[in-house]
Amino acid sequence: MARYVVNRLAQAIMLLVIVSAIGFALLHLAPGGPLSQFAISGQMTQEDLDRVTRQLGLDRPLPIQYLDWFGRMLKGDWGKSYRDGEAVLSVISSHLGATLELMATATIIAVLLGCWIGILGALRRYSLFDTLATVGAMIALSIPTFWFGLVTIYVFSVKLGWLPAGNRQTIGDGSFLDLLHHLIAPAMVLALIETAMWGRFMRSSMLEVIGQDYIRTARAKGMPEWRILTVHALRNALLPMITVAGLQFPTLLGGALVAETVFTWPGMGRLFLDSIGYRDYPVVMGILMFSATMVLIGSLIADILYAVVDPRIRVG
Amino acid sequence: MATAALSTVQLAPGQAAWRRFRRHRLALAGAVIIVILVLGSALGPYLLPFDDTYIDIMKRFAPPLSGAHILGTDELGRDVLARLMMGGRISLSIGIVAMVIAMAVGIVVGAFAGFYGGAVGAVLMRLVDAVLCFPTIFLLLALAALTEPGLVTTTVLIAATAWMSVARVVEAQVRSLREREFAVAALAFGSSNLRIMFRELVPNAIAPIVVAATLNVAKAILLESYVSYLGYGIQPPAASWGNMLNNAQIYLTSAPWLAIAPGVAITLAVTSFNFLGDGLRDALDPRMNIP
Repeated sequence: MARYVVNRLAQAIMLLVIVSAIGFALLHLAPGGPLSQFAISGQMTQEDLDRVTRQLGLDRPLPIQYLDWFGRMLKGDWGKSYRDGEAVLSVISSHLGATLELMATATIIAVLLGCWIGILGALRRYSLFDTLATVGAMIALSIPTFWFGLVTIYVFSVKLGWLPAGNRQTIGDGSFLDLLHHLIAPAMVLALIETAMWGRFMRSSMLEVIGQDYIRTARAKGMPEWRILTVHALRNALLPMITVAGLQFPTLLGGALVAETVFTWPGMGRLFLDSIGYRDYPVVMGILMFSATMVLIGSLIADILYAVVDPRIRVG
Repeated sequence: MATAALSTVQLAPGQAAWRRFRRHRLALAGAVIIVILVLGSALGPYLLPFDDTYIDIMKRFAPPLSGAHILGTDELGRDVLARLMMGGRISLSIGIVAMVIAMAVGIVVGAFAGFYGGAVGAVLMRLVDAVLCFPTIFLLLALAALTEPGLVTTTVLIAATAWMSVARVVEAQVRSLREREFAVAALAFGSSNLRIMFRELVPNAIAPIVVAATLNVAKAILLESYVSYLGYGIQPPAASWGNMLNNAQIYLTSAPWLAIAPGVAITLAVTSFNFLGDGLRDALDPRMNIP
């Protein structure tokens, strides 16, 4: 087990190095490179730019600059926002809460609903329910999230007037019920694709398990059907879902960005888009690196957890 | 019964695949819808008396089915159907061209990684893993922010964020195929590595490649709609299904039809390509039918 964890950890660190190299390359691709902030303002002459370039050490060889940059990233110095000079990491962390709230709510909805649909679909394979669920999942995966958001706003805010059309809370309010009221629509929109994914994975995992020999053995020895399903089938079918949670993470983050835009939700995705509009490259690159690192850590945790619950994995 | 079974055995692989595909009703429906969308976008604008960029301030916000404008007009009085068709040309072309580029890159990377294995394979596949760490929309928007928006950049950037899954599929296929007798025989004949890779191994992995290509078109159309909706893809006055939804949110209360038509078009196109890919997977991979 320890060897597996160390192995997996080493892989993750190597990936982090490549991920950071991509991030560094992007930073240098920006018009004006890391100095783009000054280059676009037009306030500086070429001489000034050359001087700043030397002062900041941007005339050194790229590998050295990369090591320097990577070292500062590890220490938590991710640069400063062009807009207000605030440190990038603190800008990100002040928006992270809203995003995590949205993602967690959507995930809870998606896991409960998706697993239920998937299990039922597998148990009654090719039934009307299963067919509708399969077709519905495919359509759900094909609907652009932002458009589903627009439709949701039109139906539930414009026509029915049940839900607010955006924002995280009513100004001046901020009670739990008010927050919840604002959370429903964006969480529902974000949960759509997630539910479809969880449903599909759950269905195929369940189908695989109930075809196994040990299920037939359990039936043969006269075990009641509900006990076979809960004790033998479900427990084993739920294990691979840990991997799904890890795989889902990038999609979930991307979906959150879109949902936040449509519902003016003050989270990281919205911050990302605003920063692009302001050409605030340090924040853009910061969020890009931050999200990639989150994905990396997410898949690492998922892999290790899976190895903990399923000893067969550790061997391979 | 006996004759039927016999004739099944004698079917060529292509015919058998076609039979399996025909059974997949939704895939067939998807194919038909794709043909309709492509023909509608390609030929439709010639049949319509309106230009997609012609601004008619006097006829702003005409609702659908009122007068000559079948799908109504937008905030500048432009005909929505004409924009939908011209937007379809752009959105569908981006979907297909981005897929072709992504396939080319993915196949080359996957073939090299799978064929050589070892250090080359490890480096290439870790690169694939690393790019996959970035949530697609974040990476796409960051790249779009660094470049001039337009048709070519949008297409190339979408391809740049979509080739990794293809590389994974091809790598796995090539890695297992290169141990097979025909590959070893080609090596014994003295074929060059490149020839073995692209004339022997890749063509034998065509089934999963075709499926991946179809699903990739769906993904590319979806991604185009995202970046254009957010303002970093196709720029107005040119229409794309994504940028037609740019202003739809502002006019949601007064002119909801502006949001409906492009959204339905995107969903229809993406769903059709996804179902087509699903059907092709069932048709080209008979093993999937056994359980």
